[in-house]
Amino acid sequence: MKLYCLSGHPTLPCNVLKFKSTTIMLDCGLDTTAALYFLPLPLVHSPRLSKLPGWVSKDGAINLEKELKECSGRVFVDSQPEFCLPEKELLDLSTIDVILISNYHCMMALPYITEHTGFTGTVYATEPTLQIGRLLMEELVTFMERVPKAHAATCWKNKEIQRLLPGPLKDAVDVWSWRKCYSMQEVNSALSKVQLVGYSQKVELFGAVQVTPLSSGYSLGSSNWIIQSHYEKVSYVSGSSLLTTHPQPMEQSSLKNSDVLILTGLTQIPTANPDGMLGEFCSNLAMTIRAGGNVLVPCYSSGVIYDLLECLYQFMDSANLGTTPFYFISPVANSSLEFSQIFAEWLCQNKQSKVYLPEPPFPHAELIQTNKLKHYPSIHGDFSSEFRQPCVVFTGHPSLRFGDVVHFMELWGKSGLNTIIFTEPDFSYLDALAPYQPLAMKCVYCPIDTRLNFHQVSKLLKDIQPLHVVCPEPYTQPPPAQPHRSDLMLELQPPPMAYRRCSVLGLPFRRRYERIHLLPELAKSLVPAEIKPGVSVATVSAVLQSKDNKHVLQPVPKPAPVPPSKKRKRVIEEPPEVLNPKPLLSGAVPLEPFLATLHKNGIMEVRVEETADGHILHLQAEDVLIQLEEDGTHIICDNNEPLRTALRDLVLRFLQKL
Amino acid sequence: MPDIKVTPLGAGQDVGRSCILVSIGGKNIMLDCGMHMGFNDDRRFPDFSYITQNGRLTEFLDCVIISHFHLDHCGALPYMSEMVGYDGPIYMTHPTKAICPILLEDFRKITVDKKGETNFFTSQMIKDCMKKVVPLNLHQTVQVDEELEIKAYYAGHVLGAAMFQIKVGLESVVYTGDYNMTPDRHLGAAWIDKCRPDILISESTYATTIRDSKRCRERDFLKKVHETVERGGKVLIPVFALGRAQELCILLETFWERMNLKAPIYFSTGLTEKANHYYKLFITWTNQKIRKTFVQRNMFEFKHIKAFDRTYADNPGPMVVFATPGMLHAGQSLQIFKKWAGNEKNMVIMPGYCVQGTVGHKILNGQKKLEIEGRATLDVKLQVEYMSFSAHADAKGIMQLIRMAEPRNMLLVHGEAKKMEFLKDKIEQEFSISCYMPANGETTTIVTNPSVPVDISLNLLKREMALGGPLPDAKRPRTMHGTLIMKDNSLRLVSPEQALKELGLSEHQLRFTCRVQLHDPHSDTDTLGRIYTHLKSVLKSYSIQHVPDGTVIVESIVIKVTSSAEEPNLKVILLSWSYQDEELGSFLSTLLKKGLPS
Repeated sequence: MKLYCLSGHPTLPCNVLKFKSTTIMLDCGLDTTAALYFLPLPLVHSPRLSKLPGWVSKDGAINLEKELKECSGRVFVDSQPEFCLPEKELLDLSTIDVILISNYHCMMALPYITEHTGFTGTVYATEPTLQIGRLLMEELVTFMERVPKAHAATCWKNKEIQRLLPGPLKDAVDVWSWRKCYSMQEVNSALSKVQLVGYSQKVELFGAVQVTPLSSGYSLGSSNWIIQSHYEKVSYVSGSSLLTTHPQPMEQSSLKNSDVLILTGLTQIPTANPDGMLGEFCSNLAMTIRAGGNVLVPCYSSGVIYDLLECLYQFMDSANLGTTPFYFISPVANSSLEFSQIFAEWLCQNKQSKVYLPEPPFPHAELIQTNKLKHYPSIHGDFSSEFRQPCVVFTGHPSLRFGDVVHFMELWGKSGLNTIIFTEPDFSYLDALAPYQPLAMKCVYCPIDTRLNFHQVSKLLKDIQPLHVVCPEPYTQPPPAQPHRSDLMLELQPPPMAYRRCSVLGLPFRRRYERIHLLPELAKSLVPAEIKPGVSVATVSAVLQSKDNKHVLQPVPKPAPVPPSKKRKRVIEEPPEVLNPKPLLSGAVPLEPFLATLHKNGIMEVRVEETADGHILHLQAEDVLIQLEEDGTHIICDNNEPLRTALRDLVLRFLQKL
Repeated sequence: MPDIKVTPLGAGQDVGRSCILVSIGGKNIMLDCGMHMGFNDDRRFPDFSYITQNGRLTEFLDCVIISHFHLDHCGALPYMSEMVGYDGPIYMTHPTKAICPILLEDFRKITVDKKGETNFFTSQMIKDCMKKVVPLNLHQTVQVDEELEIKAYYAGHVLGAAMFQIKVGLESVVYTGDYNMTPDRHLGAAWIDKCRPDILISESTYATTIRDSKRCRERDFLKKVHETVERGGKVLIPVFALGRAQELCILLETFWERMNLKAPIYFSTGLTEKANHYYKLFITWTNQKIRKTFVQRNMFEFKHIKAFDRTYADNPGPMVVFATPGMLHAGQSLQIFKKWAGNEKNMVIMPGYCVQGTVGHKILNGQKKLEIEGRATLDVKLQVEYMSFSAHADAKGIMQLIRMAEPRNMLLVHGEAKKMEFLKDKIEQEFSISCYMPANGETTTIVTNPSVPVDISLNLLKREMALGGPLPDAKRPRTMHGTLIMKDNSLRLVSPEQALKELGLSEHQLRFTCRVQLHDPHSDTDTLGRIYTHLKSVLKSYSIQHVPDGTVIVESIVIKVTSSAEEPNLKVILLSWSYQDEELGSFLSTLLKKGLPS
């Protein structure tokens, strides 16, 4: 059993598990942080960005002014932003049987994996994961295709050239594996391979392995997975939360008794408390609005935004800001808001009970109805004529490299009245802001990451007691910025097995048993004998049938009766069929009872001779020797086959057959 | 011998008060707990005294499962749980849990407030009953206890309708509730995987019907409504508030839009808007088309259909009214019917099944004079039309489901005996499986013959599979030999060697030695060589070795040759074998006695 680690990113994992005869990919996260090396894609022509000077090395030897631009003291790639894919060379991706998706953030690389690699398997995901994942992909594609770039920059990737570039570009890794965004056609084709599953549904894979998604409490439809056979159990924990936000709470007890637990997707900001951050978010927002400024919230179109809107729904009236408009701008804003209302089954209890009334589970329905929240597909069209300031704008992409957010950065960045509040934890906000410097706008960093922190996870592991834990390497040491915080790492006994990108781990499993079924007729024919108190054994002679990884034992078919014909004589002459093994024998043949048995069977004259290891019996009339010892019996009998077989059966009476 | 017992307390050779008891693997499950619309007395509810004469049901039932919100499937639930007494879990899907209490409350109001019956369940009882409900999702495997698990499948029929698989160990039963095998305007088709249950308990409402295509029926329906409205008549469509109503509303709404019709369409009772809201929130339970487009256009927001007020019934001119309940047995639909029955210009369209005893059933049977609540007779002059829109599987659909699930036995409920008989024959013929149709209170026992799961040591299994080769030879099956160790409820199959080791037993060697005398005028070595050649030609599929130290070894049988100095031509062949090679040893000793070929 092996684990191939195709991504080193702890929250955007992509691992492949070889378990029994199956090859299972666990998530396929797309690392979008590579986009930070690129220039923003403005929706509206930006004089500032278009006039940036090209980059030429100091000695003038390398001229990449078409590809690289200097902006605010850094060098950026002027091309369509690219993403870092899971490793494609570590194993043949066409051999993957299934892909299990744990949440919509961890499936963004799916089209790269399922298309053009020869993948022919099935992807399993819950319905909200599929629907919202589709929206996020659609959004990404729209963001990119709306502002096409004529040329793709590739020269800078040349190893010799990259070496000479200024940082951080110089240190970017695996740049040759970076790819630009997929097309909508590829998205549709990839998602057509998804098979929907429900929580606690048991899905059989090839009869060998059973996989089951469990609620993980992190986002709508997010799941952890159990991968098990009758005897081995692997738990895959990815993006789980114990906080009470909108999704169904995390199911923990089913993770118990795991042989191996693969742990990914812990909080990226272990030092920030989500509740505290939410408070800070609200107070900063209120402060800016009161001062007449606008608030920009770069965010994903699903997830924490629902909680932010719910929080603001309660907060705004109490803060006397009830008239401030909220705008949610995204190609999928409307769909995201609508979809959130129809997944009652996947929500926490108190949202679920609203649906029984029937009322929409999220209060943003009311915000929309009362015109407090408006949503638009983009800044073009209705938005430009309807928008009032001061206001709060939720829009993507949180990397600040593409999407409508780029426009608001250009528009509002110059005024100190406005505030940008970062809530998504995926990007370093300083790196995100780099191409917009110098910036007059206030920046507030309130990352809200509801995933498990180290304290919660160690408590969880104590409860569920896995035999072995596998996790990304960063979890086994304190964060680089806080080397003394030994509380911000996993300390376990035995220590966790750490992986990084391209690791191949052998998992500590010893498979010893497999499930087999005895057909009822066979089971009925067995004759159990008690060997010790409470322990019985029965000898099983049967025919094994294995089909689709299921094993069945059938009774041995009776040989067809030989027709009474002339051939009969020859049949005896034929050598016996290739051996059907005889049972092993155990026990000992006791002297006195054996003599009595011989006597009963008409063998009277027996001379007994004691030896070092037992006795030798001389059957004088028959001229047969039987050597009886503790662990063996030897019958020496010439020329009298019927007698030999009779003696054999008498001896067998005293022995146990296994 | 393990068996499964099925006893209908209701819906046995009948439609109404569905309630089926199943005993499987020591667990008792109640499937549905419905009421009968055709009765107003004790026969209204299933006879729970069958389970126990006195006392509560909790200790006799492991769980109760409700398939969907129709009252003939859940109408007796508060009575059963609160008045007879049951505190265990009640499973249903989320939409059923949402809608079921509303219909129960409606039903209670009609019975208690309008008819003045006492000794009926109260609003509080409905609430208390619903607290015992555990909602579940499609395909979720719910572990009721250590052994009993249940799983819901999509059934179509109405919003939230589900089929249930009930499984204990290797035995399983599937109960369909009511289902529909063709997608309609708002719901999808039922689906189940090839789960091969021991028994498939299916409804059989339309056991003998094979309905024409849905499109034709829809066109027919629209044509009839259109004609009546054109000639200034009024159309009454008795429906249940949720379900068929929404489908027909979608149908009329689009037709009105397309034809630009002006006649008003009304929907009675305040439930409409609320009902549509349920459809909006549970849109994932509707069909693919509605689900796909719901963001752009929600099919359950109607432009042409407005709320009905009772005074409208006397308005002149044409109109279409959807009114509840669907079988004309009480409430608004019956009131409107009484008002309009006398005019032959009007029409009533019954879009669903009507149980015996209801006004709906009577007029469908052509009864022209009705006695209503013991008062004056009512002349039925308006046109009565029946359109089977109720979403049940027809005979074709039932057969289709059997093909999907591949059950070992079939059991029919929720249908009329005569029609069941017909379908039963058809099923037995086509699938060669037994089909049962027990009456209420009658128990069907089916002997199951489950195989016995055992843990086999991987070493033994792998060895066997390697020896058996990739393709098993059907003519010469290989016998595998192992030892089954039974200890503390565990069954393990291991190789005999491992069993000896584990049990701390030592092996007992049983050996045989046999001397065969033979005249052969050669040297001992040559004789042995001749034996080797002879055996080689006879024993083709055995391993035979000629070892230089003067022995021939066949498998593990040792053969040596000696001769005495006095008689060099008289050879003594010594054969020695262990019990494991008994057959071959015996064969060889017999063979060599016959001498060697010259």
